[in-house]
Amino acid sequence: MKRTLLTGNGAAAWGVRLAGVDYVPAFPITPQTEIIETIANWIDLGEMDCRMVTLESEHSMITAAGAAAATGVRAFTATSSQGLLYAMEMIYTVAGWRVPFVMVNVSRGLSAPITLEPDHNDILVARDSGFLQIHCATCQEVLDSILMAFRLAEDEQVRLPVIVNMDGFYLSFTREPVEIPDADAVTRFLPPFDPENICFRASAPVSEAVAVLGGPPYSYFRYETHLASLNAVPVFAKIAEEFAQAFGRTYEAVEAYRTDDAELVFVIMGSFATKAKDAVDRLREAGRSVGLLRPRLLRPFPNGDIRRILAGKKGVAVIDQNLSMGMGGVLHSELASALYGQAHAPPVLVSFIGGLGGRDIGPEEFYEMASVTRKAVEDGKAPAPRLLYTEKELREVRKLQAIAQVERENLGQNQ
Amino acid sequence: MYRIRFHGRGGQGMKTASRILGRAFFLEGFEVQDAPRYGAERRGAPMFAYVRASRNTINERGIIRRPDLVVVADDTLVPVSAAGVLQGVTEHTVMLINSNEKPEVWKDRLNISGQVLTMPSVAEKEDRLEPRFISASCAGVAARLVGVISRTSLKQAISAELAHLGAAVVDKNLAGALESYDLMGSHSGSVTPGHEVPAYAYQNPEWIELPFEDARVSAPAIHATATSEKMKTGLWRTMRPVIDYSRCNRCWWVCSTFCPDSAISLDDEGYPQIDYEHCKGCMVCVAQCPSHAIHAIPEQEAEAGTPAGERL
Repeated sequence: MKRTLLTGNGAAAWGVRLAGVDYVPAFPITPQTEIIETIANWIDLGEMDCRMVTLESEHSMITAAGAAAATGVRAFTATSSQGLLYAMEMIYTVAGWRVPFVMVNVSRGLSAPITLEPDHNDILVARDSGFLQIHCATCQEVLDSILMAFRLAEDEQVRLPVIVNMDGFYLSFTREPVEIPDADAVTRFLPPFDPENICFRASAPVSEAVAVLGGPPYSYFRYETHLASLNAVPVFAKIAEEFAQAFGRTYEAVEAYRTDDAELVFVIMGSFATKAKDAVDRLREAGRSVGLLRPRLLRPFPNGDIRRILAGKKGVAVIDQNLSMGMGGVLHSELASALYGQAHAPPVLVSFIGGLGGRDIGPEEFYEMASVTRKAVEDGKAPAPRLLYTEKELREVRKLQAIAQVERENLGQNQ
Repeated sequence: MYRIRFHGRGGQGMKTASRILGRAFFLEGFEVQDAPRYGAERRGAPMFAYVRASRNTINERGIIRRPDLVVVADDTLVPVSAAGVLQGVTEHTVMLINSNEKPEVWKDRLNISGQVLTMPSVAEKEDRLEPRFISASCAGVAARLVGVISRTSLKQAISAELAHLGAAVVDKNLAGALESYDLMGSHSGSVTPGHEVPAYAYQNPEWIELPFEDARVSAPAIHATATSEKMKTGLWRTMRPVIDYSRCNRCWWVCSTFCPDSAISLDDEGYPQIDYEHCKGCMVCVAQCPSHAIHAIPEQEAEAGTPAGERL
């Protein structure tokens, strides 16, 4: 075991290296990340026994990863934002093939307009695809989640591809201390892939889901994928327990921080959750009884754990780093759906939208969200969803608009 | 927790500086976070990198709002508002500026109450186009100012972070950084860790309701030409091309054709004129001019009043 400083991209590459991956198909150009560059360098230096092939698009990259996994080799690939969207047709297709491989997505806000900084609308586009999703809050968690993700994907009760998600910049480019586990210990936890009934040999060709089907058989295959995804909840719990025994780090499907005696709970995904954790500590110092809940698994959605942890709480502040146009925060909807009609469900669920395109959420804003939620509990009624946005930020936009407006006037005069 | 921000231009090595300092803190047993921040990657454009270091787990993330130390590798960035050098600077903050001007001048000019220091002077390079590696020196001074990083840890950190560039580069950087570290001995410990914002007394963020606005206003579209003129990309320049008109042959097409930013035009007499508001200082014209009539001058020197390229 070695503890050193790694970026999220570096931690991901180490996870792949330790997992003994056989094959990495990759689209090598923007928005590809340093994960692929790092792995390519190791292969070039002879430090990693793996085959890498570069492809002309993320669409082909996912096809290659899925096809490789269908032959019984351990495959990995990575993408980000627009690349994930470009691959979307095949994201659904390979999940339908029921092939196990792992992909890292580095979250970044989507066009248009364009940004390089993170939010979760990219990964949420893959929400209903059949890929399982593990969301990380630290660089250590990125490395560890990749090891667990291969176990999860390859489990015979599951057999589905898994996305490990991390936030661009906040994790991908940020170095933190990361423990790199010993290779032997990893091999004991994650032995070489035993493909069991998955096999493909040149001498014995098989076909994979080629038929055009009517509704009833189609429904059968789709619902089986859903059932396999639901199985991933108990399977993940078992894997996490083994991981904790082997490496001493615990990853439950839902991270609960100081929730036991909390009256109010923040719910947030991804790396901004550690900021919320800091806010919880400060609020506790100020005598406020606040906790934090972070879904680590988004698919399957850990309904049971969430209901248990939030039972009896007075109010919940859901902070969505995404926006479903015409509806609002996706996590807020998911949580409402998980809690509706449940005994002891919190009576007040307040929705906040923040961190779009990497827009920072300051400590004061977490304190204020706690304050707004406390007031909502007193009033017995949740206020309208709130975008975290200040007068000063709007003034900056007005400056840009002023330039555009002047230009439009000039255009009008020229016509 | 220590919160340190490095400001520079793309290519000046501030990401490397943050990594050296981060590694040095880590070697001293601190929990550490270091990261760069930039938009679309552009050489010469303002960027920053930051380091957090604490004896406890670091949960804070993202940009540093209240820095304990701000290091400015390039003093031409100070007046550039987009660079955000002064953001969150208070009387607690120490400013370290790489500048030929005295700290008192900066303190007065910026009207700040905290301590202002300048980088110890470094010898001028013979070839002005050779990049100056100031990242290790910036990290070395920062390491001395916090007062909790030993010379040995700094040395190890530089060797570890620059190893991939070869022994010669490591040695050159070690020499510069350790010299700077030693010269700043009297300021050791002048940067102290700042505090967290308490939840019992905080400034309300005062969120606003975003109003609905017509798509003519709220769509991210610009319906006119020449808006890029409003983006003064000349601010990204670290070196300035200056035309010596006594040697210019008025061949007219070479420099203006090779200029990737169309920043060279011809006047009525057929002499090339450089648009310094948009020239990014790539020096392609300097390399292409057949009569070697274009010289490269460090921007700081040009700003200080040496030939600005007027035709004599």
